[in-house]
Amino acid sequence: MKILVVDDEVDVRVLFEQRFRREIRSGEFSFSFAYSGEEALNYLHEHVSEVVLILSDINMPGMSGLELLRHIREEYPGPPVPPTPQVMMITAYGDDTSRQQAMQLGANDFLTKPVDFAALKSKLISLENHEN
Amino acid sequence: MLHPEQTSRMRFDYTSLLFSIPIAIGFARLVKKFLDTPKRAPRWDRVLDKIWIPGLVFVGFAALFQLQTKLLDEFYLLFVYLLFIGLFVRLKNYKPARTLLLALAPFALYSFFELLLNVVATDFIKEYDDTFDSWQGFSVIWMITFAFIARNQKRSLEVDLLQREQEEQEKRRIATQNTELERMVAERTAALTRQADALQSALTELRTTQAQLIQAEKMASLGELTAGIAHEIQNPLNFVNNFAEVSVELCQELREEVEKVELAEADKDYLLEILSDLSHNQLKINQHGQRASSIVRGMLQHSRASTGERQPTDLNGLADEYLRLAYHGLRAKDKTFNATLNTTFDEAVKEVEVLPQDLGRVLLNLFNNAFYAVQQRQKNGEPGYQPTVTVSTKQLPQKVEIRVRDNGTGIPEEVRQKIFQPFFTTKPTGEGTGLGLSLSYDIITKGHGGTLAVESQEGKGTEFIISLPA
Repeated sequence: MKILVVDDEVDVRVLFEQRFRREIRSGEFSFSFAYSGEEALNYLHEHVSEVVLILSDINMPGMSGLELLRHIREEYPGPPVPPTPQVMMITAYGDDTSRQQAMQLGANDFLTKPVDFAALKSKLISLENHEN
Repeated sequence: MLHPEQTSRMRFDYTSLLFSIPIAIGFARLVKKFLDTPKRAPRWDRVLDKIWIPGLVFVGFAALFQLQTKLLDEFYLLFVYLLFIGLFVRLKNYKPARTLLLALAPFALYSFFELLLNVVATDFIKEYDDTFDSWQGFSVIWMITFAFIARNQKRSLEVDLLQREQEEQEKRRIATQNTELERMVAERTAALTRQADALQSALTELRTTQAQLIQAEKMASLGELTAGIAHEIQNPLNFVNNFAEVSVELCQELREEVEKVELAEADKDYLLEILSDLSHNQLKINQHGQRASSIVRGMLQHSRASTGERQPTDLNGLADEYLRLAYHGLRAKDKTFNATLNTTFDEAVKEVEVLPQDLGRVLLNLFNNAFYAVQQRQKNGEPGYQPTVTVSTKQLPQKVEIRVRDNGTGIPEEVRQKIFQPFFTTKPTGEGTGLGLSLSYDIITKGHGGTLAVESQEGKGTEFIISLPA
């Protein structure tokens, strides 16, 4: 299962790679990283059919996570063709308005920082099982 | 008075005497009226009323003893003159009376001499009859003249008196007016003073309010800044925590791998020991990182506006968290400050539906005040004083109580009545907004339908009691 992580913090890559070391090694998950909304959209244009899940931060310079979400939902409206990826939003501001906004724009889930990796892992696994 | 026909001696004649009595009475009346004797000399007045009695006695005496004399009326009249003179002397302080004395004196003297000579030297009188006559005429004119003078004096005195009375009246009127004016001036002055005082206090209040508003504004912007800083810190802190956590996992994996490798027992033990230390250090990093995170969360929660949504909240945990937050906040400002923190939490207190941020703000306020109070008392340098702040919770029927107690300076009675008023503060200008307790009061009473009470003993300490319906 290919997962695209979008965050302006570069260290997110190292963290995810270490957190999901075993899953990556076993080939269960594969992660790609984008450091801005724009970069994420470019990546999607090339690899849309591969990416199953997008994990995106909301507060980013330039295109925000919510804007990215809107673009994704516009460009890839969903089945049958082309496939639409799942999108989970992550934010440090866990207030209700952001959550509602994200859900309205079509987010599949909403996580608050600091990310609980154990919970995230179980979510990903259940998603994968669902996929299969 | 001697008339030619009366000059013949030794001839008794009632008529002259009976004639003299009405004259005496008449004169007495005139004198009485002129000198106002009933007022000036009441006793003399009564004597003057009875002036006819001696006359009648003389008549009776003469009739009884068949006295052949015409001098009886002369005696009587002399007696009357002397009476008058006595009266005038008595009233010598009254100027017209003195003038009357002066008027009567020559005539009385003349009468006296004439009578005397009539008794002892009749011939002598006869010889100098003309002289006596002119003396008599002169003294009568003298008497009349001075009587007029006396009358004029009396009139002028009366006019004077009247004028003086008018002046007195005028003075009294002016005095009354003065008193009235002074009273009005005093009243007006008092009113103006009151107004000035009121204005002054209003001005002071406005200035204080202005200073406090500026302070509140500063605090608000400081709050925003704090929230911004907290957010900026939160992200790197998350990384610290996450990497520490994942490093623990990596250490575990490494340990497993090391176990698989063939190595000398001593080397393996050494490797495992290092791994254990590493793992332990990562745990410590994570632990302290979590601690920092909770402070940042507290800062964020405190600055965040109330969402107005009640959440089931663990009051014991909330009280404990904010007690520490307040204590460390104060310690950050004053490294020398130290206090004993006591917590007595009732385990029966279950989760209560409250506004956690708002209630947190109230607790933070109460703790800050408590720490301030013990700090102030500590500054007095009492020997053996141990600053102590205690927070306790208690489950009561239908309600939960949170008590925040300090052994600080205490609150005087007159201040205690005002502490929940907005903008009331005892702290030096710039240190307190005077909004803390009023805001707390609103949050507890209006926001939660509870009560906020205070008990305090000056010099011993203060206890705030929050009661929440539960």
